[in-house]
Amino acid sequence: MKHQIGVRGREWFRALTGSGTPQSGDPASVLASKASLGSGEALFLCVVPNPESRFPCVRDGQVGLEEAYALASHIRALIAEDEGKPQEEKRPIIAIIDVKSQAYGRREETVGIFLAAATAADAYATARMKGHPVVSLIVGHAFSGGFLTHGYQANRLVAFDDKEVVIHAMHEEAAARITRRSVADLLRLGHEIPPMSYDVHDYAKLGLLYELLHIESPEEPVESDIAKVSQSLVSAIADCANGERDLSNRWKNPQANVMRKAGNAVRERMEQEWLGA
Amino acid sequence: MNTEDTIMEFIHRRSFIELDARGRAQSLLDEGSFKELAGPFARMQSPWLPMQGVAPQSDDGCVVLKGKVDGKPAVVISLEGKFQGGSIGEVSGAKICAALDLATRDSVQGTTTPAILLLETGGVRLQEANLGLAAVAEVIASVLSLRPHAPVITIIAGTVGCFGGMSLVAGLSSYVLMTREARLGLNGPEVIEQESGVDEFDSKDRALIWAIDGGEQRVGMGLADALVQDSVEEFATAVRKLLAKGIPAVHRSELVERYRARIAALDVSTQIDPAGLRAQWKQADVEGGVR
Repeated sequence: MKHQIGVRGREWFRALTGSGTPQSGDPASVLASKASLGSGEALFLCVVPNPESRFPCVRDGQVGLEEAYALASHIRALIAEDEGKPQEEKRPIIAIIDVKSQAYGRREETVGIFLAAATAADAYATARMKGHPVVSLIVGHAFSGGFLTHGYQANRLVAFDDKEVVIHAMHEEAAARITRRSVADLLRLGHEIPPMSYDVHDYAKLGLLYELLHIESPEEPVESDIAKVSQSLVSAIADCANGERDLSNRWKNPQANVMRKAGNAVRERMEQEWLGA
Repeated sequence: MNTEDTIMEFIHRRSFIELDARGRAQSLLDEGSFKELAGPFARMQSPWLPMQGVAPQSDDGCVVLKGKVDGKPAVVISLEGKFQGGSIGEVSGAKICAALDLATRDSVQGTTTPAILLLETGGVRLQEANLGLAAVAEVIASVLSLRPHAPVITIIAGTVGCFGGMSLVAGLSSYVLMTREARLGLNGPEVIEQESGVDEFDSKDRALIWAIDGGEQRVGMGLADALVQDSVEEFATAVRKLLAKGIPAVHRSELVERYRARIAALDVSTQIDPAGLRAQWKQADVEGGVR
């Protein structure tokens, strides 16, 4: 069965928050809710398809202008509410991710979707830097600018261990066209070259994930799965609390030491040369 | 100035766009003040390109110079649009992040070190796909760490433009300088045409592309800060002016409600006329106060 973008996102949002309707003032494509998680409360955010959107290029679950600004607005409001509180009282943000991509549209470019995407990424990163634990739960697709806008600034990334989970810079067909290969060649290369792979197991090898979570029923959340996901989120949040507020955990880990050896060597050399310059 | 003077000035102008990434970066720093970090002789190149039969480059298309502007520390990070479209891979991404993080560390410790980013890039390098995308997310994080402590200036000068994930970096910068020839957008016209069809965006329509993504339009809409002539001297002056201004009181990417309200007010039942939108937003900036 071909993965239908956004269905899982909506299901998991509902399972974890008990609600599935957008807040007033938000587009129908953005779900935001404060719900209990572990012993506290968290802000859950999700982007879902809205076939009725007045922006035609976001109707299949892409992240567009309204989505980016609505996300940023909810995050900024939470930051303001928790301003001045000690870190342990800053409420976590859980981004549930199942997005096709960013919006590929002329209206969006005319208005400046690059700034909208930046504004959402800014809000997520600001929350993280101010001590809010930010955890992304990847339940389906996490693509390209859609992922940069919604979720890639999180302290910790949790993904379902499932063949319908795909994290990538570009869809197969478009990536094949641009790199002048057949889709078959592209997929074959992915098995040899992990960063090019569309398989979440290869993604996990890069050292970017906090946890790859096996779920019995990713399409229709069942009690045992919901408990397992909640537990994973709680443990990811606890892991944020005793760690850094930047993204260095993504390259300082045993897997990254192997797969991102070249990048880590660059960082080391730059630091040495910086001091002498 | 008469026509003859204007022509002579044009002829004698030193073009910024025609310089390569290294030349552009050097032109912004005080003579003899700079050192290249992890330069080509360090041979820090992409490990992924040779595996795919693509020739790597010994600086991975990213030049980092630490030096001084008017005697004060600065770091310049310059992407070479002629190598793989200025795309971001594991190595070039790590160079950018490391430079920004070190500038942040110095700035926090009292040596304010602004960053100047010369972005000529199509975004993520697809041959390094997920490591490129991860690198862009990390660059975004690093820009946001530095921005409260020292200004981050993005320059988009050449015709490659600034697209893909790196356009978010422009959106997060303290200031953005562009030439008339430069373009800034999330998705390039070819990508939109491929994904959404020629009716959505005709990538052969040059006038339309510049009407939407061009430097004059982006500055006119308030999405970039100043339009600069293609001249080494003009860029040196513009950069110094922004460094003197320092960190802006508010960054454009923090104006959530302002832009959200503007988008809510748009009629999107048909395509939006770029010139009309520009006039409208310019007026709103005048009334609402430029940041």
